[in-house]
Amino acid sequence: MSIFVNKNTKVIIQGFTGQHATFHAEEAIKMGTPIVGGVTPGKGGMTHLGLPVFNTVSEAVAATGAEVSGIFVPPPFAADAIMEAVDAGIKIIVVIADGVPVQDMVRVKRYLVGHDSIIIGPNTAGVITPEECKLGIMPSHIYHKGNVGIVSRSGTLNYEAVEQMNELGLGQSTSVSIGGDPVNGCDFLTVLDAFEKDDETKAIVLIGEIGGSQEIDAALWAKENMSKPIIAFIAGKTAPPGRRMGHAGAIISGESDTANAKMKRLTELGVHVVQNPAEIGVTVKEALGS
Amino acid sequence: MDIHEYQCKELFRHYGVPVPDGNMAFSPDQAASVAEKIGGDRWVVKAQIHAGGRGKAGGVKVVNSCDEVRKITDHLIGSTLVTKQTGAQGKLVNRVLVEKAHNIDKEYYLGLVIDRLTQRITLIASEEGGMDIEEVAEKDPSKIISERVDPAVGLTDFQCRKIVSAINIEPKYFGSAVKLMRKLYRCFRDKDALSAEINPLALIDGERLVALDAKMSFDGNALHRQAEITDLRDLNEEDSKEVDASGHGLNYIALDGNVGCIVNGAGLAMAAMDVIDFYGERPANFLDVGGGASPDKIANAFRIVLEDPNVKVIMLNIFAGINRCDWIAEGIVQAIKDQEINMPIIIRLAGTNVELGWEIMEKSGLKYIRAEKLDDAAQKSVAALRELKS
Repeated sequence: MSIFVNKNTKVIIQGFTGQHATFHAEEAIKMGTPIVGGVTPGKGGMTHLGLPVFNTVSEAVAATGAEVSGIFVPPPFAADAIMEAVDAGIKIIVVIADGVPVQDMVRVKRYLVGHDSIIIGPNTAGVITPEECKLGIMPSHIYHKGNVGIVSRSGTLNYEAVEQMNELGLGQSTSVSIGGDPVNGCDFLTVLDAFEKDDETKAIVLIGEIGGSQEIDAALWAKENMSKPIIAFIAGKTAPPGRRMGHAGAIISGESDTANAKMKRLTELGVHVVQNPAEIGVTVKEALGS
Repeated sequence: MDIHEYQCKELFRHYGVPVPDGNMAFSPDQAASVAEKIGGDRWVVKAQIHAGGRGKAGGVKVVNSCDEVRKITDHLIGSTLVTKQTGAQGKLVNRVLVEKAHNIDKEYYLGLVIDRLTQRITLIASEEGGMDIEEVAEKDPSKIISERVDPAVGLTDFQCRKIVSAINIEPKYFGSAVKLMRKLYRCFRDKDALSAEINPLALIDGERLVALDAKMSFDGNALHRQAEITDLRDLNEEDSKEVDASGHGLNYIALDGNVGCIVNGAGLAMAAMDVIDFYGERPANFLDVGGGASPDKIANAFRIVLEDPNVKVIMLNIFAGINRCDWIAEGIVQAIKDQEINMPIIIRLAGTNVELGWEIMEKSGLKYIRAEKLDDAAQKSVAALRELKS
């Protein structure tokens, strides 16, 4: 098994005929991703990469039975595209766009109430189940099948962790980048919950950052609800204070959101915290061995 | 994106949030004429810089004559103000705000933020106005009242009344306080703000509430639909190197160490800095080249990093996903040749087209230190720096 996407997932691409979407859809198809069509308003009826193009997500879902969508539309139009996918009943929505206005995401999150879609992103490298299905911009050749689930904010730091694991012969069940935006789709907790329920996943790597409290919230939940080991790293120990967002948010939550404060709290909550980001791989190996 | 207090107050006037009479001035004469136009016999002259803590640093003065307005303005403009938010280098004052001075009966705090936890716009208020709100939050969290806004209906009257009552505003000001809050929210929503702060919101002359100070910050990602806000940008207030970098699609922040860092992706860039710190040295900067880095972008990254005289060693760490190592390598070669760099350069390449990237580096015949991994790159950078120091 895996989480969110696998070789049987019917995938559509929104903004299908655009340059970036085309490039990444071709890459995904090469890897075996079951893309069944795409959406570009005004280009319905065309064929692109040998697949049908639809005007709306609803039409695409009706014709193909798609359950997952990769959104490649530019940031100013991303919020509308997400809500269109939610409205059409898409279960997993991956939003690549980097630069979606924050208040757009506030409205999207409100729109999501009462729907059970999971939004991954925006500002994400995407989600990949190695050798089966990818929606995103990550280099798929570095990912290999295995038993470690990865959830990160950053894309490139996710690749870094994967390479470290590869050298030790550790593969991934699924890797999810939830994105670096202050108001994002699904949080760490949602992904941890999915990994806990997945038989193939034996350990989880969680890569967080300074700002906000999502990592702590997830660890608090995991302490009560998870049996699998979590290995975590929080980036930004050397980042200058005051140069980050969510400062006022931290006032309300009452939790400190510096890297050191988060790492300390995670350790208290039973998470295997990595101090040196170059040691993520070996720490996973140790956790799996114990 | 931040704006000046006087610009924020203009915006408030437009939305009907009450502010004192006043105007901005670039010179002592202009300031005196603003004071004359406002009338009265007491004014406040406020230095306009993008940083808080101006009062304690001497950037806000109450004066009793137009002559004094002139004198204080002359003193402030061209001076460098060091506040607890500016850093030791301070900020140059280019303009002042001249306002009518009022008798203050009571001060409150009012703010709007986008709360990461609830992912909603949240109204924050406190009875302890005029103070540093973070200090209030630390000392007595019960003094901080908040209401989160449902974006589908906006900030409601009843929520404003809850706030007004909780911070003990007198009943006779309930109506005007509720109106003020709703207008502030409308401004916040319309203009794609990330934060708005009125500290203090003051009850003045025993008769009305006004925003004595005003501060707003806007979403850089929404400026494509906020032309009016974009026009308010004051590049003099921003770090010139950061502006230079962002003009080339690079995200740069200066730090105080000796290892210049060029990395792709914000997360990996922070991690690269963290590993250098782990081995006992300090990064000189944060620099994220982003996705789709062209040779030209890489060359600019080198140029910007090298402008910092503290940089003794450069560590380039690229894990290409959407990027391509061959393009990056071309950029490195171009930069080293054009800019005649003769300090140790440690290069780590991984991901898309990595073999092609190394091939270009090897063919170039240039001197560099090859690293295979993040840890390796950091250790080699630290070792190279220590050799130079010894």
